[in-house]
Amino acid sequence: MKYLAGLLTITWKDITAEFRTKEMSTSMGIFALLVMVVFGFALRPGAEETVAVFPGFAWIGFFFAGLLGLSRSFVSEKMNGAMTGLMLAPVDRSVIYFGKVAGNLLFMFVVEAVSFPLYIVLFDVPAPQRPGSLALVAFLGTLGFVAVGTFLAALAANTRTSELLLPILLFPLAVPLVIAVVSMTRAALTGDFTDTASWWRMLVVYDAVFLVVPWLLFEYLLES
Amino acid sequence: MLHATGVTKRIGGRVVLDRVDLDVVPGEAVALMGPNGAGKSTLLRALAWLSPPSSGQVTVGETRLPAASPGARSQMGVLLHHTFLYESLTGLENLVLHARLHGVADPKRAAGQWLERVGLTLFAHEPSRTYSRGMQQRLAIARTLIHRPKVLLLDEPYTGLDLDGEELLSGLIRQFRDGGGSVLMVTHDLETGAAVSDRFIVLVRGRVSGEMAAGAVSRAGLEELYRQGRAKP
Amino acid sequence: MMVGAKSPSASRVFHASRRSRAPGTFWTAAMAPAMLTALYAIFVYAPDERVMGAVQKVFYFHVASAWNGILAFLVMFIASVGYLLSRRPGWDELAFASAEVGEVFTTVTLLTGPLWGKVAWNIWWDWDPRLTTTLVLWTVYGVYLVARHYAGTEVTPGQGDGQDASRAAVQAAVIGIIGFADIPILLMSIKWWRSVHPVLLQGAKMNIAPPMAWTLGISVAAFTLLYVGLLGLRLRLERARREVRRLLAAGLAGKGVGR
Ligand SMILES: Nc1ncnc2c1ncn2[C@@H]1O[C@H](COP(=O)(O)OP(=O)(O)O)[C@@H](O)[C@H]1O
Ligand SMILES: [Mg+2]
Repeated sequence: MKYLAGLLTITWKDITAEFRTKEMSTSMGIFALLVMVVFGFALRPGAEETVAVFPGFAWIGFFFAGLLGLSRSFVSEKMNGAMTGLMLAPVDRSVIYFGKVAGNLLFMFVVEAVSFPLYIVLFDVPAPQRPGSLALVAFLGTLGFVAVGTFLAALAANTRTSELLLPILLFPLAVPLVIAVVSMTRAALTGDFTDTASWWRMLVVYDAVFLVVPWLLFEYLLES
Repeated sequence: MLHATGVTKRIGGRVVLDRVDLDVVPGEAVALMGPNGAGKSTLLRALAWLSPPSSGQVTVGETRLPAASPGARSQMGVLLHHTFLYESLTGLENLVLHARLHGVADPKRAAGQWLERVGLTLFAHEPSRTYSRGMQQRLAIARTLIHRPKVLLLDEPYTGLDLDGEELLSGLIRQFRDGGGSVLMVTHDLETGAAVSDRFIVLVRGRVSGEMAAGAVSRAGLEELYRQGRAKP
Repeated sequence: MMVGAKSPSASRVFHASRRSRAPGTFWTAAMAPAMLTALYAIFVYAPDERVMGAVQKVFYFHVASAWNGILAFLVMFIASVGYLLSRRPGWDELAFASAEVGEVFTTVTLLTGPLWGKVAWNIWWDWDPRLTTTLVLWTVYGVYLVARHYAGTEVTPGQGDGQDASRAAVQAAVIGIIGFADIPILLMSIKWWRSVHPVLLQGAKMNIAPPMAWTLGISVAAFTLLYVGLLGLRLRLERARREVRRLLAAGLAGKGVGR
């Protein structure tokens, strides 16, 4: 109970700060759109090959936008040593990690919810056949990305060159996630779910592994 | 209340703290003095288990760190060089955040009361980035005390405060001590140190070089202890 | 880079650390005959493959390197866990050394694979699960090594910017562990993902002719010796480095710098 209260307090803090500055959501949203505009020039909307590669491009847009947000995620904790303040709270320190994950997850969902319909329109792709499955895939994919990304953002924040380090740490580790989430998104868009059981499994295993490993290791990142 | 034995800290192969023993009883305020780089801040961080000692033991109240450290953390109020403030949160929100994290009952009310005590009620709804250094320090002091700790660790807490602020802080420290709390405070100012504390401990090169009662403290005596500390091998 | 042959004290430190328990001289000496035997087996003893001819011989280097790339990764992971639990610098040095040597083997794997693939499949590269996993393995190693560099393994006494060796080691260990976590997930996918990559072991039966199997065994053994030997050399260098750091810190402290 204390654990959940602490977690929600951290998330509340991030949301409150975001509502005041709107730094993260605007830049993430604009970036997600700009990526699509650039892809729009590179591909022919409505063409068969565009529909085929659409799931991949959509997730590249989301993950790049997410990376932008994640790289700013611990900036406020660095300032004035605020992270030390959180560390002094009488709660398990993994609360900080899960609280930040919840906040980042929310920001990414907002960006995805706004930009995905626009993507569909901009690329002239048929509307999703299975919106429910699509939402579930988006949830699992975003959760995995945010889980590993938040952890690595915390790690990178403690190094001299955090902006450089985060993307090169994050993208190799996200490879299994990208493979699974793109295949699943294609299935949810077309309604053809043959041979997808293994991708569901991979998504769930990925999320589980990258929530548990950071939970075990987060305390080590805070040391100095 | 605060009890440390043999606290040693090595950073990159260098011994920054060397077997520091320390005892602050309830109702006692101790001033920690020493030259720059003596290890005072490092000692405070080690006692708060923020940067755990390489060896040695720290006990807060009844709990030995770090075994039950979440419990012990709720008994400590820690004010270091940094203010720990979130710049885009208002003064009130900053206090509510820490009150909630510490499980204070009715966080909003407690935050409002503390803002009033440190004279920031007028600025309660301004982002803390707009505060002057002294106002930030006042807010940080409120943040340190809001969860009613039993032990206070203060690192140069008078930084940036105006005359009123100094008065206010000294009052709060005295009140805290008289209420049975233990205070360990790093200071470079003899007068303010003597005004609020019962005892002086001098740290030189990571080692306790000596101590004096607050009544008997003098500039010459301090300098002698600094010299003795430096002369040791 | 800190150990230069010109500086007498540095070379003394390096040679002094040779007497430590790092697998050094013996393995280094064993490496040469083992590698020669492997080369003999590959180029003289093993028959040419019927379809591919001599190009197929790259396979022995490929498999032996791939195995050691994975072995080195496992060692890096175990050493990283060992460091976090024990905080002994030896574990950290083992993880670092193993990652560096492992990256070299994985590079060889990635370079030899396409040579074979071009002849066998008529393509250099395919996004096959094994190939993808190897590429990810290579990038994770790379990230680990780059991150170590950024984390800064050297201390600047008197500069309290928090970049000290033990902290860099903790960060590296964390990356070593979380990077490793990725690989089982990818390997799991191999079973589910249609693959063009040949499978060497099917049940207990080897899919190749006996002389080839023997040659492969010798190559794997020789490359494993090479891995251990290189690891030992690399460990010795790390220990020398630590010793130099310690002496530097002690020297500075003696002169009263930073105090
Ligand atoms: N993170 C760090 N990395 C390297 N050296 C440090 C670090 N933190 C503190 N030190 C060293 O420890 C010594 C004590 O520092 P500190 O506790 O800040 O002194 P002070 O008594 O002035 O508060 C200094 O010599 C400082 O250089
Ligand atoms: Mg200090």
